Amino acid sequence: MTGNGRLSRYGLRFVALSYLSALLLLPIGVALVKTFDQGVGEVITQITKPDAIHALKMSLLTVIIAVPLNTVFGIAAAHVVVRTDFRFKWAINALIDMPFAVSPVVIGLALILVYGTGGWFGADLAAMGIQVIFSTPGIVMAVIFVSLPFVAREVIPVMQEIGTDQETAAETLGAGPWQTFRRITLPAIRWGVTYGIVLTTARALGEFGAVTVVSGNISGETQTLPLYVSQQFETFNSVGAYSASLVLAILALGTLLSMNLLRRREETND
Amino acid sequence: MAVSRPRAGLRLPGAEAAMTKGLVVTYLSLIVLIPLAAIAAKAFSAGPAEFWDTITQPQAIAALKLTAICSLIVVLINAVMGTLIAWVLVRDDFPGKAIVNSVIDLPFALPTIVASLTLLTLYGNDSFLGIHAAYTRFAVIIALLFVTLPFVVRAVQPLLLSLDRDMESAAESLGAGKVRIFTRIILPNLLPGIAAGVALAFARALGEFGALVLISGNVPYKTEVASVFIRGQIESDQVVGAAAVSVVLLVFSMCMLAFVNLIQKWGLRHDR
Repeated sequence: MTGNGRLSRYGLRFVALSYLSALLLLPIGVALVKTFDQGVGEVITQITKPDAIHALKMSLLTVIIAVPLNTVFGIAAAHVVVRTDFRFKWAINALIDMPFAVSPVVIGLALILVYGTGGWFGADLAAMGIQVIFSTPGIVMAVIFVSLPFVAREVIPVMQEIGTDQETAAETLGAGPWQTFRRITLPAIRWGVTYGIVLTTARALGEFGAVTVVSGNISGETQTLPLYVSQQFETFNSVGAYSASLVLAILALGTLLSMNLLRRREETND
Repeated sequence: MAVSRPRAGLRLPGAEAAMTKGLVVTYLSLIVLIPLAAIAAKAFSAGPAEFWDTITQPQAIAALKLTAICSLIVVLINAVMGTLIAWVLVRDDFPGKAIVNSVIDLPFALPTIVASLTLLTLYGNDSFLGIHAAYTRFAVIIALLFVTLPFVVRAVQPLLLSLDRDMESAAESLGAGKVRIFTRIILPNLLPGIAAGVALAFARALGEFGALVLISGNVPYKTEVASVFIRGQIESDQVVGAAAVSVVLLVFSMCMLAFVNLIQKWGLRHDR
């Protein structure tokens, strides 16, 4: 390579790495140092406070409900989009993508307008004794909304790729739809589904805007971990905010690692 | 090998398919369609004139303008830096490249409120660097750059990987310089990816809330973006105003999605 070529290569590398450092690594590094400013003991005290533990449990609860629902929905939606053809399929396709484009705050407001008191279904739900907004069901719905597209979007291309030959063969041999799905389709799409689940979980755990609007943010009740972080910060307990953030960051890092493992696995499989 | 009995005639052809479709449509309606329809209905509940007055009140205009301008700046930076980073990740080789590649996904994995807190530590008023960017428009841009980083990189990377290097060699042997090879051969091939990444980043930037809420200070007319304005309206019980500005954001975002779909169809035009 010419001296000029090497110079431009090093130049580009330097610019890319400096940008990533200034935007990602440096802030995260500094925040990590700040978290342990007052020692590891203080961090442990902060994250074992009852409100923090309750917020973590609340976050996990929403994940446990939202992720399986969105997984089943995502696989079913992928099937409908890829394997069937009807007039309003484009609308289904567009609706699946909507949560990527809508502001979380708008999502929260939309749910209030339908399921809140004075909302379209609010009075009927209240008559049945169900409170959605400012309560757990509202938080779960908000989380379902924001994390809805991931599984479908990961599975759709895989389903298009595998085609219908094997499924048709199984059906010709007398397998029912469920059997065909379980024995043929599911094994073929499993990495797509898994990758989708990882992304759904990450988004569900971290959702802040939509949950803020629908939850009422009552500490020890309707507070998820991201809401706890912001409340701690706003009440000037920055150590508490940083410690709870650390928990969220560790969960995010776990997600990132599994994303990478899955990607590598996919590449070696191909 | 066990042979399952043929059950033709027992099972209703298409019944499962219809059930699956019904389930998907119901779920989408309850979670996405009806709530978004409710926003539109609320926004226009007092008539189109009232809607117009609401979205043209000074504070709403200021918030929408700030959101649009900041998002535009952010996606322009992303178009350049995202392509550059994708280039370095595909064409360059250095120790630790695999780690850098996985770090790109960090903004997708990290909760936005954590991103906000993290950026505040470095660029806020307690910063050891002496940067006092918190509560400024600069902070809004930094936070948006953080959350939108992966879009362009991840859209350009696969295109760059599948780019045929023979074209570049041919151009080089015919005497084309580096700049010319890039603008005439590489860039046109990457454009669909850059455009798709930019549109997705733009949609994300328009609606971002969590990453901004701690660092932007939410000062009306100065650092208050549209999503923060909407939250303020909800909290002060101005639901119609909140819905009206939401509709404006929704229309913008839907245009972005439609644009991405068009690009993808255009990109696949030779495959059919």
